[in-house]
Amino acid sequence: MKFGIVVNEGPYQHQASDSAYLFCKAAIAKGHTVWRVFFYHDGVNNATKLTEPPQDDRNIVNRWSKLAEEHGVDLVVCVAAAMRRGIRDENLATGFRISGLGQLVEAGTLTDRLVTFGD
Amino acid sequence: MSDIKKFMFVNRKAPHGTIYALESLEVVLITAAFDQDVSLVFLDDGVYQLKKGQQTKGIETKNFSTTFRALDGYDIEKLYVEKESMEARGLSEDDLLVDVTVMTSKEMGALMEQQDVVLSF
Repeated sequence: MKFGIVVNEGPYQHQASDSAYLFCKAAIAKGHTVWRVFFYHDGVNNATKLTEPPQDDRNIVNRWSKLAEEHGVDLVVCVAAAMRRGIRDENLATGFRISGLGQLVEAGTLTDRLVTFGD
Repeated sequence: MSDIKKFMFVNRKAPHGTIYALESLEVVLITAAFDQDVSLVFLDDGVYQLKKGQQTKGIETKNFSTTFRALDGYDIEKLYVEKESMEARGLSEDDLLVDVTVMTSKEMGALMEQQDVVLSF
């Protein structure tokens, strides 16, 4: 099955990004495709390379970057939501790209399931 | 993008206090611009988004409630409000700033089942 994912919450503050990541990993392990992850609302904060969590904690941003690199997952950050929150190309982590909400609509039309993580 | 799907946006949060409602509306407008079949649902505190007479000057946030009146200009005409949520908050259709279809939770469930994509904000 081809999945699209929406992440609506920021990292560390909320479980949504963790759950979305674990869902993606599990889906891929089962042979499914995660075609795109769309980051919206505070979810755009998952895309900043400026995060530096303590050594003994998971690195949520790097984990997403690695998923993109290893499985070709398209990580898209909403431009309007990103600009509101200071996420720009200059501080974007590897594997993420900034684009418009049309990419979210497309994730709805071109996948079999669009799964949302957030409140 | 020729595929047309049925998109339902489920608005469950109060209009102010968090940004969900405002940013949801942005997705709604874009989805309609991409010629998709759009429905909007308002339940739980989401029914407050349609309340007449909102004034946001005091909290210095954008009063985007006027946008709901402009939705028919984007061919978005399917607006549904859950009866139980509306009544639990002491509201009636007269309190709302646009025409909506009021339906019960059960009817709403049936409508959700017909959708291709359900996004909850």
